[in-house]
Amino acid sequence: MTATDVPVDNGVNVEALLGARDALAETPEIGQFRWRAVNTWVKGTHSRSSVETFHGFGAAQRHKTTYTYDGDHPEAFAAEDNGVTPVEFVLVALGSCLTAGVAAVAQQRQIQLRSVRATVEADMDLHGILGADPEVRNGFSGVRVNYEIDADASSEEIRALVAQSQKRSAVYDILTNPTNVTVEVV
Amino acid sequence: MPKVTTVVIGAGHGGLAMSRCLTERSIDHVVLERGAVANSWRTQRWDSFRLLTPTWMTRLPGRSPTGSDDDPDGYLDTPGIVRLIDEYAAEIDAPVRQNTAVTSVRPDEDGFLVRTEHEVFGARTVVLASGACNLPRVPGIAGAVPPGIVSLTALDYRSPEQLPEGAVLVVGASSSGVQIAREVHRSGRPVTLAVGEHVRMPRRYRGRDILWWMDASGVLDERYDQIPDLPRARALPSMQLVGSPDRVTVDLNALTRIGVRLAGRLAGVRDGRAQFSGSLPNMTALADLKLGRLLGTFDAWAASAGFTGGEKVERFAATELPASPPLTLDLAGGGIRAIVWATGFRPDLSWLDVPVLDRKGRIVHDGGVTAWPGLYLIGMPFLRRRRSSLIDGAAADARDLTRHLANHLDARRNQDPEPIGD
Repeated sequence: MTATDVPVDNGVNVEALLGARDALAETPEIGQFRWRAVNTWVKGTHSRSSVETFHGFGAAQRHKTTYTYDGDHPEAFAAEDNGVTPVEFVLVALGSCLTAGVAAVAQQRQIQLRSVRATVEADMDLHGILGADPEVRNGFSGVRVNYEIDADASSEEIRALVAQSQKRSAVYDILTNPTNVTVEVV
Repeated sequence: MPKVTTVVIGAGHGGLAMSRCLTERSIDHVVLERGAVANSWRTQRWDSFRLLTPTWMTRLPGRSPTGSDDDPDGYLDTPGIVRLIDEYAAEIDAPVRQNTAVTSVRPDEDGFLVRTEHEVFGARTVVLASGACNLPRVPGIAGAVPPGIVSLTALDYRSPEQLPEGAVLVVGASSSGVQIAREVHRSGRPVTLAVGEHVRMPRRYRGRDILWWMDASGVLDERYDQIPDLPRARALPSMQLVGSPDRVTVDLNALTRIGVRLAGRLAGVRDGRAQFSGSLPNMTALADLKLGRLLGTFDAWAASAGFTGGEKVERFAATELPASPPLTLDLAGGGIRAIVWATGFRPDLSWLDVPVLDRKGRIVHDGGVTAWPGLYLIGMPFLRRRRSSLIDGAAADARDLTRHLANHLDARRNQDPEPIGD
């Protein structure tokens, strides 16, 4: 048995993903998902979010446990730093989404990964959220992701993995394209 | 009611290639054409339009290779294409009925009823050859463009003079988008080009036309039932090419050099402002990587085939982008006077009353064979092979489909009750 006979395993069930794509072709309505997080104020700028349920594949779904996340601001903002800032959650979301994509695409393309590490950085000018300069936007002025990937593939193939992952990433799309957001009070 | 074995709908290169193959098998047929032969080439192309493929590649079944004074390495303009298809129709003596628009096709017990404005044909088989590009595909956000801005699709566009003086937004960076962006910008109207997924292509590589490489290396012969993601291959935007006498390349770097401003995919229009996606760096990275892989395929073929005639292996510089491409553009404030939507085309099969469409109105077929026995389709992107998207693909597709159609007729004949002898 040669090295090339060892099956590539990145721990991604590609057959299940492709099966889901086939199932969607038959019953497109099961592809309609709704994600949900519940956020509760604690004190000051500290709040806690919990994620437990969502809807998809035509039914109510539930994570195997309730995940909770503290959001706050650092002490330099005269806050208590009980958790990461909301904008850092965005970086967490982007990194998790792109890396999941890298693993899935690598599995599909029969590329064995050994290590994948992404550093996600965003630039922001505080003049925006403080209302100090109307020409500065509130959000990021730019986002950079740097991947260090060790895999059985050429650097060209690895760059193609990362590009394809961006192309199919929900969070990347959410960050790069406008989305309608409605906020209501009941 | 006139009865024929086969009705072919459309007398473009696809329908005529089909006619020729049916004639070879002595299958009686008519070719119904809404206008004149090569109608969409006559009526739906901009003034400077030329084929993307060199003239030597416009091979059609049974067409004599001589008889044309055209430069085989040139690219035919619209009058040239119309003349070529006209001459071909005459040469193969195709039974074309011009100015005969089909108003409906529906099944009946002997096959199909094909209704035109004047009469109804009974046909045992029908071939849809009415084209892939009858209607513009325009995104819904076009409806949010502020009033007062001239809005055209690539099907309506003829020349820059149609547009008001001032800045123009061209949406889409496929073949039509880059060509229109280039000539509108050169007319003195500054162009912003909204770029989504695109297919970067140099006009020439190692001393040969890029289509020569695709043809010679077998890339164009990749079959529809052997590629990994067919829906994606069929939806691929057209190549960033122009067929011009000076054989220029019209990739994004070439457009940037003449001053065209690049932006991301047009993602929305809100409060009178266009919003562009921030995905442009990935779009160009994908296109650069894909081009590199394609050239690698060519080089590998050249090495294995012992091809030595060309120039040495070359790789093109990565697509250059501004440090921060624009994310918004003020449409309402007069910054943009006109928008050209080069966002793709779709076929018009509104007259087809046979249940072969999917939930999005697209025709479902297996290499041009629909699930409805006796109903065929030709002239669609990647119908049976990559070459199907080109005029040059009609020959092989028509031969394959005619064989299937003839087998269908034979099977039907054998099912019919045997005549009773006495």
